[in-house]
Amino acid sequence: MNRFPLWKNMLVGLILLIGLTYTLPNFFGEAPAVQVAPNRSSEKPTPALMQRVEATLQAANITHKGITLDAHGVRVRLANTDEQIRTKDVLQQAMGPTYTVALNLISASPSFLTSIGALPMYLGLDLRGGVHFLLQVDMPGALAKAAERTSGDLRSLLREKKVRYSAIARESETVRLRFSSAETRNEARSLIESQYPDLQLDDSNDGADQILTARLKEVARRKVGEDALQQNLTTLRNRVNELGVAEPVIQQQGADRIVVQLPGVQDTAKAKEILGRTASLEIRMVDDERMDDPAALAAAASGQVPFGDEVYPERNGRPVLVKKEVVLTGEYITNAQPGFDQNNRSAVHITLDSRGARIFKNVTRENVGKRMAILLIEKGRTEVVTAPVIQEEIGGGRVQITGMDSAEESRDVSLLLRSGALAAPMEIIEERTVGPSMGAENIEKGFHSNIWGFVAVVFFMVVYYRIFGLFSSLSLAANGLFLIAILSMLQATLTLPGMAAIALTLGMAIDANVLINERIREELRNGNTPQASITAGYDRAFGTILDSNITTFIAGIALFWLGSGPVRGFAVVLCLGILTSIFSAVTVSRALVNFTYGRQARLGKLAI
Amino acid sequence: MIEFFKLKKDIPFMRYGRVTTTISLLTFVIAVWALAAKGLNFGVDFTGGTVLEISYPQAAPIDQIRHALERSGLTEVTVQNFGSSRDVLIRLPLKSGMTGAQISEQIITTLRVDHANIALQRVDFIGPQVGKELYESGALALLVVCAGIMGYLAIRFQWKFALAAIIANLHDVIIILGCFAIFQWEFSLTVLAGILAILGYSVNESVVVFDRIRENLRKMRNRPIPEIIDNAITTTMSRTVITHAMTQTMVLSMLLFGGEALHYFAVALTIGILFGIYSSVLVASPIVLWLGVSREDFIKPTKQEADATV
Repeated sequence: MNRFPLWKNMLVGLILLIGLTYTLPNFFGEAPAVQVAPNRSSEKPTPALMQRVEATLQAANITHKGITLDAHGVRVRLANTDEQIRTKDVLQQAMGPTYTVALNLISASPSFLTSIGALPMYLGLDLRGGVHFLLQVDMPGALAKAAERTSGDLRSLLREKKVRYSAIARESETVRLRFSSAETRNEARSLIESQYPDLQLDDSNDGADQILTARLKEVARRKVGEDALQQNLTTLRNRVNELGVAEPVIQQQGADRIVVQLPGVQDTAKAKEILGRTASLEIRMVDDERMDDPAALAAAASGQVPFGDEVYPERNGRPVLVKKEVVLTGEYITNAQPGFDQNNRSAVHITLDSRGARIFKNVTRENVGKRMAILLIEKGRTEVVTAPVIQEEIGGGRVQITGMDSAEESRDVSLLLRSGALAAPMEIIEERTVGPSMGAENIEKGFHSNIWGFVAVVFFMVVYYRIFGLFSSLSLAANGLFLIAILSMLQATLTLPGMAAIALTLGMAIDANVLINERIREELRNGNTPQASITAGYDRAFGTILDSNITTFIAGIALFWLGSGPVRGFAVVLCLGILTSIFSAVTVSRALVNFTYGRQARLGKLAI
Repeated sequence: MIEFFKLKKDIPFMRYGRVTTTISLLTFVIAVWALAAKGLNFGVDFTGGTVLEISYPQAAPIDQIRHALERSGLTEVTVQNFGSSRDVLIRLPLKSGMTGAQISEQIITTLRVDHANIALQRVDFIGPQVGKELYESGALALLVVCAGIMGYLAIRFQWKFALAAIIANLHDVIIILGCFAIFQWEFSLTVLAGILAILGYSVNESVVVFDRIRENLRKMRNRPIPEIIDNAITTTMSRTVITHAMTQTMVLSMLLFGGEALHYFAVALTIGILFGIYSSVLVASPIVLWLGVSREDFIKPTKQEADATV
């Protein structure tokens, strides 16, 4: 009666084999590699790219240990870290700025394992080192920006249609238009309603003026928020590509948050600097008339800014009066490269998209002889990078900005412009940085906690329950194997709390075997035959095992649902560990027991 | 055969009901008092703020670090050794107008002036809204776990058992929290995860005893309820102690080898495991008794159960 049918034994064997196969890659460790990927996320790595990389390496006389192409890019495996750094330099030089060349680690397991998808566990940032940021997108800021655009649009609309207004001003997220009579207001209202269906319009008056308040409708507001988030995501992706990080994670979280994870980043200061730069670019007209008036300028410097203008410092500290109206924003920029102008001064060459080019052409044609200011807005600080005089109409969307202090600065500015402007400012609301040496230390600590705990448990179980203790220990080992295999298969992120959860689940999993063994002893004490005791022990303990595990499972599910980051890693391992432990404690140990005792029809004694 | 618990007779646990309840109430009151009077020492996860871990090539000059930081305008810092004499933990409360990225860079630059070759091991910066959210979702997780476990036990057994188990185990949670309050140990997100896991785990204990009580109610038709409960506890005691000893072995290994990061997690688990044995056996069962469990509670379920499990 204590015999498994052949299929069941084979099934247990097969599952153990699969478990072993998928656990294996974790023991081979990782090899240094260099990864080459196109900068733009829309571009996919191609076989042609692989050939180009291969040819470059051949030309530079670099011997590699394998070159592969996947969705992330082309990866070159190398013998050691010195070769890795040399290869990175060579490739970076050869591939140019349109490709990201990053240091990476790839699994050193044999290719047959990799080809069946057996990869090592994905290590969390606390184990491999790296930076984690949670960024909050400033939605009111995005809406204020949208309102600013709206006020500009309405102004030109009313001007064009010759509707007289006395003032247009933005107040946080709304635009307020003033009219001297109700008729003009109604005229403006019907005009705006027909042209801008996204706007919600309200009438009011404050005695002197008839006021029309325009605000975005709820649907449009939400759209603005979503667009801002999407643009910020794209911008961050481009910036991270510039950083050269191998496997970055840039994801939306909730309605207005973005998670950025940069594993293995050594120079965290640089990462923070580039990510934290919430730079955006604006092109506006300089208010030349008032700039020529020394009194107005002096008043502006002391805080009395003329209506419709804003005052910002130039590089040399001199204040510049610029109009509030924005001509162009960084959104229209498709490319920006550092370079030099005809006088050999540092410059940034900007290429605009077609819409931007058209606007720029119109503005420059209408304003020849006037000054145009290029503003860089960084962390709430606005600076006029340069304010050149428009010499002629500029078509074709190619713009050259001079006024940089050095070649280095023009490179920085072009990087900022190239990686795009943020649609809305962002703030880091959570940061978790783990140094690379600490990551390695954490792996070691987690590993030791597991291994010594396991050894102690095995020792006790074998001493106390003898042969059955050995079976229990073997099934506990199988449990560990299954757990690591599943984590590797799912490519779930392993964190230090996750490693603690492995230890904890192993400690709790033995409970099932203790329950079974105690039951068998009890049945024997009650005078049952060994074979009957084994059957009864397993059968009766099963209900209890299920019950007792479900409660822990509920706790795990709640933690997964409500937890974040490392706690989630803990919850995943806890839940998976419970599932594997039920299987291994009941089925694997039973298979071992059946294999040993099942054939002996007259079993006299059990070593338990 | 080695046996730790060769018991010929059932131990009359229920007769000690008054004693155990007094002990429970006493520890409970102390824990609640500690929580009310001292409060929990919430970690940066919940309060928001910045924590930096920096390692020095030789013993870290704590006072020098503190002075250097104070000179640079960071007055509310706490600097202490962490793990070894070469590792320093620097804590800062939330400061308006500065992001964690700025503060940590400022600190590193300040300290590099004196010691160029220090290594930044870890930075945690938690903004105010994130801290508040983690706090709220932590409290919600505790509620969800309690409700989930009670619901499950109510379906699987009966509401009296569900109530008894959850009271017994919340009593554990309060005692763990009480210990953290008394000793002012840092209460972090990982500790909370450990407490919730141990809550699920301790309930196992009650489940095993309840399983036996139910089985005994069916088998021992003529015995009074307290004796049935005594028998259930006595027969499962060996398993209870061994299981907990095994889990504790793993936790002890974590306590010894897991380093600072897992220290309080392991401490919380240790307290949870020790009180888990006590409470699920000696708190949950008397409550079941007082709630008036009777054979009638299982007359119908008994039949169904018999079909379902055997």
